[in-house]
Amino acid sequence: MTTKANCGPVWVVAEQVDGRIQNVSLQLVGKARQLADELDVPVEVVLLGQGMKDVVEPLFAAGADRVYLGDDPVLNWYHAETYTEMIVSLALKIQPEILLIGSTCTGRELAPLVAARLATGLTAHCIDLKINDQRILEQWIPAYGGLISIICPQKRPQMATVASGVFPLPDMDESRRGELVMLKAPEAVSGRIRTLEVVRREPETVALESASIVVAGGIGAGDEDGWRQISDLARILNAALGCTRPVVDAGWAGHETMIGQSGKMVSPELYLGIGLSGDLQHLIGVAGARVMAAVNKDARAPVFEQVDYGIVADCREFVPLLIEKIRAYRQSR
Amino acid sequence: MTLQIIVCVKAVPDPAQAGRIRIDPATRTLTRADVPLAFNPLDRNALEAALQIKEKSGARITVLSMGPSGAESIVRECLSLGADHGILLSDRAFAGADAYATSFTLARGIENIGKYDLILCGMASSDGATEWVGPQIASFLGIPAATQVEELTQADSQTLIVRSGMENGYRLMEIKLPALLTATRKLNRPRALSFSGIIKARKKQIVQWGLQDLGLAEDQVGQAASPTVVSAMTTRTARRQVEFIEGSIEEKAEILVQRLAQAGLI
Repeated sequence: MTTKANCGPVWVVAEQVDGRIQNVSLQLVGKARQLADELDVPVEVVLLGQGMKDVVEPLFAAGADRVYLGDDPVLNWYHAETYTEMIVSLALKIQPEILLIGSTCTGRELAPLVAARLATGLTAHCIDLKINDQRILEQWIPAYGGLISIICPQKRPQMATVASGVFPLPDMDESRRGELVMLKAPEAVSGRIRTLEVVRREPETVALESASIVVAGGIGAGDEDGWRQISDLARILNAALGCTRPVVDAGWAGHETMIGQSGKMVSPELYLGIGLSGDLQHLIGVAGARVMAAVNKDARAPVFEQVDYGIVADCREFVPLLIEKIRAYRQSR
Repeated sequence: MTLQIIVCVKAVPDPAQAGRIRIDPATRTLTRADVPLAFNPLDRNALEAALQIKEKSGARITVLSMGPSGAESIVRECLSLGADHGILLSDRAFAGADAYATSFTLARGIENIGKYDLILCGMASSDGATEWVGPQIASFLGIPAATQVEELTQADSQTLIVRSGMENGYRLMEIKLPALLTATRKLNRPRALSFSGIIKARKKQIVQWGLQDLGLAEDQVGQAASPTVVSAMTTRTARRQVEFIEGSIEEKAEILVQRLAQAGLI
């Protein structure tokens, strides 16, 4: 789609899991509200699923003016081709100016499929969205040790994916009302992809995104023993354990615990970075932390520019001592 | 019938040295750093998946890359690892392509190859890291895509069973060929180069296609066909004022605990 003189609405493609609107979708509706107010256009949300009629209220409370709801058994599970088709055909009709999608596993598949069909641009890993003085959306992403702004000057919608936690949950106004527009689902979905099973396990550890303390370890842990010490520290603090990319590459921790640009975004009360240098790709994921402390043996490590407390020490020596002191402090209370 | 597999690979700035490419705070442009090209890590998982299918049930593997002529060494490495054909899409007009224009050009390259059953890509490149190119190629070709694939089995000659990662779980899907999959690190453990493979691959030809070979015009590729552009750059400004905790290592641990306790954090 190409630019129109009159500006269309700001869209959020929302995601639900088992009938619950995901937090990232509400965060994006909140951000969409700000952007739409600047453009003086409505906020519209597209939501696909089954048995959804009673769960759309939070979308209005978060700032949506209109919700397009596809509510049908064939939409129960995310289905790439059906979801893409429904979103694309509606977008061609409504001509949204901006389209935001949460950077979830399905969002990261759906967004490029929709963008390709609409022949428009799509920006990943946005950490800020701003309307510039030409009424164009600046999509800020971390890159090359700094931030770059990507714009999509000619094509519409301007599409971006944003991870959970980048924007705060908006204040929910329960009295806000909006218009609910029902979408017709296709009779049947294409048989080229058939979902056989969706499995979700309850995570065994504290979820990174909701933890009040996050301990993040880096390659400075040295080896698996060093990593175990950091895990022990996290357990004693009842903290969620995160890591940097080199730790994933070393095989000490899974990709799902990686914090940063292409991993999780966290905003705990306390962040403790252990044995990591402070690559921006990682630190961008913890920018929302209230208090930050870091341990690194190199006083010049970039991480010390981004934290409140710095400790120059070898984490292999420091972590066991820290565990000891925490235990002693707790016993003394 | 032999399965025809196309593996898309990218030559990326060596991830170990890519940190040297920085934004110059004064000029707000990228500092030139002579970072060598490397095989995009997740594309190794895509190639490995193709090689495993070839070993199990037979396949012809064509490796396709778009990049500068220096990317030929990565295509050559794929041939050394066991791929049958190598094609490099290289033309000055392709430069500056965003994910959309890259996917479009690669899709045209695939159509130029002709018959295919399965296309494999790494989930993301280590430099752009968008995850867009795989699904967008599928979109341009009009075939189904499954991204973030962690497990892959052949049900029959026309059907695959794939497991795609999800938050705290996975989706199990049946997918009809022709289809495109994007590989995660979990999919397999990529093999290492063998000496005999390197010798064998020496004789293999790498075909190079440019704009005209693909039947495309200049405004359909590269920067000219990219919907997105970089509009501004900045070095980070939001810094915290660090307080270094001094003393012996034991005192440092003690003081840190005190500070965190005083702030009500532990």
